[in-house]
Amino acid sequence: MNHNQPVYTDNDPQEELVTLNLGPTHPATHGVFQNVLQLDGERIVSGVSTIGYIHRAFEKIAEHRPFYQITPLTDRLNYCSSPINNMGWHMTVEKLLNIKVPKRVDYLRIIVMELARISDHIICNTIIAQDTGATTTFLYLFQFREHIYEIYEEVCGARLTTNIGRIGGFERDFNEIAFAKINKFLKEFPLALKEFESLLNRNRIFIDRTAGVAAVTQEDALSFGWTGPLLRSTGVDYDVRVSEPYSSYDEFDFEVPVGTSGDIYDRYLVRNEEMWQSLRLIEQAMEKLKGEPAGVFHADVPDFYLPAKEEVYNNMEALIYHFKIVMGEIDAPKAEVYHAVEGGNGELGFYLINDGGRTPYRLHFRRPSFINYSMFAHMSEGMLLSDAIINMSSMNIIAGELDA
Amino acid sequence: MADITNNDLIELLGGKFGNKITGVNEPYGLLTFETTKDVIIGVLQFLKESEVANMNFLTDITAVHYPEKNQIAVVYHLHSMVKRIRIRIKVFIHEHTPNIPTATVLWKSANWMERETYDFFGVKFEGHPDLRRILNMDELNVHPMLKQYPLEDPNRVDKKDEYFGR
Repeated sequence: MNHNQPVYTDNDPQEELVTLNLGPTHPATHGVFQNVLQLDGERIVSGVSTIGYIHRAFEKIAEHRPFYQITPLTDRLNYCSSPINNMGWHMTVEKLLNIKVPKRVDYLRIIVMELARISDHIICNTIIAQDTGATTTFLYLFQFREHIYEIYEEVCGARLTTNIGRIGGFERDFNEIAFAKINKFLKEFPLALKEFESLLNRNRIFIDRTAGVAAVTQEDALSFGWTGPLLRSTGVDYDVRVSEPYSSYDEFDFEVPVGTSGDIYDRYLVRNEEMWQSLRLIEQAMEKLKGEPAGVFHADVPDFYLPAKEEVYNNMEALIYHFKIVMGEIDAPKAEVYHAVEGGNGELGFYLINDGGRTPYRLHFRRPSFINYSMFAHMSEGMLLSDAIINMSSMNIIAGELDA
Repeated sequence: MADITNNDLIELLGGKFGNKITGVNEPYGLLTFETTKDVIIGVLQFLKESEVANMNFLTDITAVHYPEKNQIAVVYHLHSMVKRIRIRIKVFIHEHTPNIPTATVLWKSANWMERETYDFFGVKFEGHPDLRRILNMDELNVHPMLKQYPLEDPNRVDKKDEYFGR
């Protein structure tokens, strides 16, 4: 098949339509997506999405890797919010192994996951603004993503592909600088977010470009498997954090914002409100941490949690556990488990089948970007080309998660 | 928490489909059962439209290959957002005749999920409107997630799994 030709041509007997290849490396698509569009003037008649340009066979690789080596693979799914993927994977394995993690770990995880959600939403919302012509907001709010990355750096040493946490907890405790940076972020970010909102929320140009564009009904959204902010913008109040609370989310007080019409403006508003709610969650988690014993950052699971290096060098038992974990002599139970977390884009699910070995027999990622994006070509039909571009930005499709 | 229990669901399904529902199990609280490919769409439709179950959402479709049994299991995850309960349905089909009816008649999200499953396992979803490869290139003539295909070139001597504790 020639990818530069439309797949369906029987709708154009007189050859009046223009074929446009939007992508795979178009600057407006923010990622490696190809859409072969048939245009009638500026209006899209039909579109076909071609994906898979950065497919890396993670599910196949995962079948050959022990559990702790799969975490770096999950980084590279939605690389705008890697910590959520990492935590989702750790929780899946913990569910498989029936590991109960201490409350303090839950709270630390919530801090990291909500920071990741904020950084994910910063990217999406500023890019909607960027694509409607407002470069200022993009540059202005993006510095706070940098501050979030600095917090990751303190916690785990990495910035983008974080590989944060371990099965059972974290590889090390949060240090003083990390907490100081989180507190600084909590103080500074609300001011910037407020300014960001005052630049866009009532902006005439922004509203004209986004309100009423690409509106989606609840029925369509559910039928196409939408989750996350996209589904909530249509008015369905489904959030995995509330529906099936994990990591002690049920102890927290937060709201699930919903939209009404499912258009781009509503998606933008829902994401903005979620950032406020994430800030609330982080504040509550920081408060709750004060009531927990300091220094607890992992569960007591020597079979799966690597002992500290100094222990390995000086202590027989730790050396044995280290050897057993690294050389793969500890088997996980034979079972299958599905665990879902609320990722930046929606329900991120891990379906893990273990046949008793140390590597998964089968691991499937339910990737929200992949399932959300299936509607894009269908939605674009009849839309203006420039609207389709912002529509794509507002769906926050991350190529890594799309292609796995 | 859930407004309906796994037992209610299994009674409901047993009453409707009888002995077509087999292998009922509850790993980690998630109701799992097997059925056959001639009733799978009926089961999905019943669960979707039943007022009691209200499984309005198709979470996922994927497959698992079991070469020693010569079988491929097609796995459906359904979710009732209203009743807050999930269900997992497996259909075992033979690996040489991997045909199963499509679920696109019920949920549009099944379109890409089934294309992905076809791409990686070669499962042919009968009645699918557009069953093409989705992530792999069209020229690829294998379905790479089947277990007979190794991850890397098996002739390489420097990357044997046992050297890495795998």
